[in-house]
Amino acid sequence: MSNDGQVFNRLPATEAERETEGRATREAVIDWWVDRFGLDPETFAGHTFWEKGAGKIWAFADDIDSPAEVEGLGMTFLRTRQEHWKPTTDAVQRFGREATKNIIVLDDDEAKAFLQGEDLDPDWAGDWGYLIAAHEIAGEVEPIGVGLYVHDEFRSQMPKGRQRDV
Amino acid sequence: MDPLERYDSLVDDPEAFHEACARSLPSVVRVNDIKATPDRVRRAFDEAGVDYERVDWHDGLFRLADDVSPGNTWPYVHGWVHGQEEVSAIPPLALSPEAGDRVLDCCAAPGSKTTQLASLMDDHGTLVGNDNNLGRLSALRSNAERCGVTNVVVTRQDARNFSLKPFGGEPFDGVLVDVPCSCEGTIRKNPDALKNWSLGHIESIAEVQRAILDRSIEITREGGTVVYSTCTFAPEENEAVLQDALDTGDVRLVDYDLGLEHAPGITEWEGEEFDETMTRAKRVYPHHNDTGGFFCAKLEVTA
Repeated sequence: MSNDGQVFNRLPATEAERETEGRATREAVIDWWVDRFGLDPETFAGHTFWEKGAGKIWAFADDIDSPAEVEGLGMTFLRTRQEHWKPTTDAVQRFGREATKNIIVLDDDEAKAFLQGEDLDPDWAGDWGYLIAAHEIAGEVEPIGVGLYVHDEFRSQMPKGRQRDV
Repeated sequence: MDPLERYDSLVDDPEAFHEACARSLPSVVRVNDIKATPDRVRRAFDEAGVDYERVDWHDGLFRLADDVSPGNTWPYVHGWVHGQEEVSAIPPLALSPEAGDRVLDCCAAPGSKTTQLASLMDDHGTLVGNDNNLGRLSALRSNAERCGVTNVVVTRQDARNFSLKPFGGEPFDGVLVDVPCSCEGTIRKNPDALKNWSLGHIESIAEVQRAILDRSIEITREGGTVVYSTCTFAPEENEAVLQDALDTGDVRLVDYDLGLEHAPGITEWEGEEFDETMTRAKRVYPHHNDTGGFFCAKLEVTA
């Protein structure tokens, strides 16, 4: 079977159940968040996962029988079908609070610059790739969005519509 | 003539009513419980030097100072707060859904009440956010995503003949029917709201409201709840629409708590009599609590 980019297709549970080439599995999607950010796999126990469009994965807090006629199902969550999977800003804000690795805590000025879409040069000795940018606010660390760390540079991936001068 | 003068016989203090309608409204934000608590929002506003006032009837609403642009604050960026007028928070509270329920918001965009419903449901169960306009749906989606809502199914249907097909044909536990209206109650936010006021417009929009309410009752299970609301004062769009629904015999009006000062629904308008239970509906006038104007009724589906 090929992927129909116009409708929501449920992710297969595992590789063994996969019928559509290139489609991520539920197992791989959860493992990715667990491996990459140290989340507890139970975080996603109540969610079903769906693909609409090539590699665009959605997380929905319930189940549904026939989602062919709906416009949106839960939250856009992750982009697959590319060399490095990329989490969405919204998913990182919603689930990234529990991250125990690959999260950079920025200072006030860096956080504001990141939110405006600027590239940063933070002190980071960890993995390259997509990281969670966070800052401290009201006594706790809160995720802001996704940054791409390569060659000692941290590139803000804040979508244009979410960039703000706070 | 000011169209609002036709309601002078309904309000307790017409002078205060007109004065309040002429004043501008403060901007208000609602705390999104999916991501934050009122305490944490307060602390973030204090750290940033943002001036706000608590709203005494609801812990999760803050009135912001005039010079604050809510969109340019960290709590907004994080989806901890959502810009929403005080009175607009009434219908989701009246519907009072629980985690795991199946709920429809049939005229949902741009999503203030949908995101509030999601937080009341603790982001569990199925919440359908429907609207018939694609542009408005994209606003609904971006508001829901910023608020971290993962239990919303977005649909684009005409609410007058909403199809249950994508939902296995199963009726809903609750439906929020916040219908398009003549918006008289939003005059403080939008001084142009009454520019094209006409009785003909009110009568034609009331037909649409009747059709949406009828369909919403049909797709709610027996014992389920339908909440009907408008941001307008016109009895033609409020009590008269509800009266038609009561006349079908499949619903009854039920009482609900509201911590804001308000007036009861009316039982008579220009010679037309309404059911005596209409007093269980609530009218909120701008001079009562220094808010916008609003109408909200809670219905139980009986068969």
